[in-house]
Amino acid sequence: MSGMQDYGSRLSDPNSRKMGTFSYLPQLTPEELRKQVEYIVRKGWNPAIEHTEPENMRSNYWYMWKLPMFGETDVDAIFNEIEMCKKANPGNHVRLVGYDNFKQSQGTSMVVHRAEMTA
Amino acid sequence: MNQQAPGKYSAGVKEYRETYWDPNYTPKDSDVLAVFKITPQAGVPREEAAAAVAAESSTGTWTTVWTDLLTDLDYYKGRAYAIEDVPGDDESYYAFIAYPMGLFEEGSVVNVFTSLVGNVFGFKAVRALRLEDVRFPLWFVATCDGPPHGIQVERDKLDKYGRPFLGCTIKPKLGLSAKNYGRAVYEALRGGLDFTKDDENVNSQPFMRWRDRFEFCQEAIEKAEKETGERKGHYLNVTAPNIEEMYKRAEFAKEIGSPIIMSDYLTLGWAAQASLSRWCRDNGMLLHVHRAMHGVIDRHPKHGINFRVLAKMLRLLGGDHLHSGTVVGKLEGDRAATLGWIDLMRDKYVKEDRSRGIFFDQDWGQMPGVLPVASGGIHVWHMPALVNIFGDDSCLQFGGGTLGHPWGNAAGAAANRVAVEACVKARNEGRDLERESKDIMTEAAKHSPELKIAMETWKEIKFEFDTVDKLDVAHR
Repeated sequence: MSGMQDYGSRLSDPNSRKMGTFSYLPQLTPEELRKQVEYIVRKGWNPAIEHTEPENMRSNYWYMWKLPMFGETDVDAIFNEIEMCKKANPGNHVRLVGYDNFKQSQGTSMVVHRAEMTA
Repeated sequence: MNQQAPGKYSAGVKEYRETYWDPNYTPKDSDVLAVFKITPQAGVPREEAAAAVAAESSTGTWTTVWTDLLTDLDYYKGRAYAIEDVPGDDESYYAFIAYPMGLFEEGSVVNVFTSLVGNVFGFKAVRALRLEDVRFPLWFVATCDGPPHGIQVERDKLDKYGRPFLGCTIKPKLGLSAKNYGRAVYEALRGGLDFTKDDENVNSQPFMRWRDRFEFCQEAIEKAEKETGERKGHYLNVTAPNIEEMYKRAEFAKEIGSPIIMSDYLTLGWAAQASLSRWCRDNGMLLHVHRAMHGVIDRHPKHGINFRVLAKMLRLLGGDHLHSGTVVGKLEGDRAATLGWIDLMRDKYVKEDRSRGIFFDQDWGQMPGVLPVASGGIHVWHMPALVNIFGDDSCLQFGGGTLGHPWGNAAGAAANRVAVEACVKARNEGRDLERESKDIMTEAAKHSPELKIAMETWKEIKFEFDTVDKLDVAHR
């Protein structure tokens, strides 16, 4: 059994909580995040930013950071909004959504900032 | 034109082609169109065999009958309207047949197929017969229930976007006790999978009765959800010996809070599938559909029904997931043909594309799509190709590829989850998943010891056998 590792996830450790796409990867670097923003723009989706307190992350409805940025294709502008949302809500998780109005659903939703896990 | 002279009845046997071969016919938008691959008996002319198939799958019988004159036979008959060579095959040919809308009961897949693949498949004048594709007119699509929820609603209910779903079939297929089975489910879900699955032949055997399994699995789901903060499900198989029992199991699954159940549409029966699907819509339950027995029907290249037809049929009958083949795993599946039928499961409108085995344009109107499920002999090394082939709207299921991890199910699940997220991230960045697969996986493994061990374990496993049911392509 040498070399075998335990899988350490547990109820009592808030760091065991995940939150969808990319939550099993290391936190995205700014360069990596830019590329994901570019992807959403390339797909023609409408970017939107949402955030929540860690203890309320299971709700379908996180807080919208302003309205979705309909038609926004400026990657810098979207990137800056994410930064503004993070600064204004330092204890919160932040996710980036790409609304696909043809599928009437979210084309993607990814966690772009993980706050300290408290619950 | 009616072949019987008005008012006159003459008994006897006529050649089918006099009545049922009509090369000048232009198919109507409302017609059901079918293409059969016919392998005739020696000496039977092409037009005659094609006409015979049209007759025997619609109004005809072997002899003229006086009651033919009591109806507008010219309206009700199926018509063979075109014949084409099969590329690479000197013996068989394609026959295209148009059936008028009045032949069929609205919303009844059962009725359509009782005609199209009924007596005609035992007909002596053809040596072998294969239904290759069917074009369902929009009026027929709109009279069928279709998937209980469809892909977008499933995503919304489960709050999962921008990546394929991940699943795992619990093994060994048979013989685990309900409590040990629930353990395997819990481990796989806490490690990062979205779903686990009953195997198709897990119903309610003496070693594990259905009710015990349902309860232990639900406890596993609830704990894994609390632990990971994500939504989870286990496909509780309600395939049962009779309909009453099927509903009883489905009701119990709902009562304990399961988000999804499963059925095997071919062994359960099509009418039962349609009923269960309707129940699922009424009760907010997702429906995973397995396809046991399909290989009996769809694998022989000259006889039976192509899987693309079985896939279309299931979309009409109703189901939220359907097994589609993996292209890369241990089970049969030609790449281009698989790409063709996964489009037929998911898209709103699919254009004719012979390079993918699609013979007709198919308009699905507003009917939601079915999520294709890739399952069977796949492991982490297949992930880049799977993400590339299937895209986000799919469920990738690793049975042995999760449970066979040297550190157990949770580690196996985590390895798959890290791998799929790394592939999605790389794809979004514009990288070529199949060409750069090794780099992408190796980078991802740097921060995931679970993935690193999985990659070492399965690095040499391949299933490189040639496909039996291939697309027809020219051989010279």
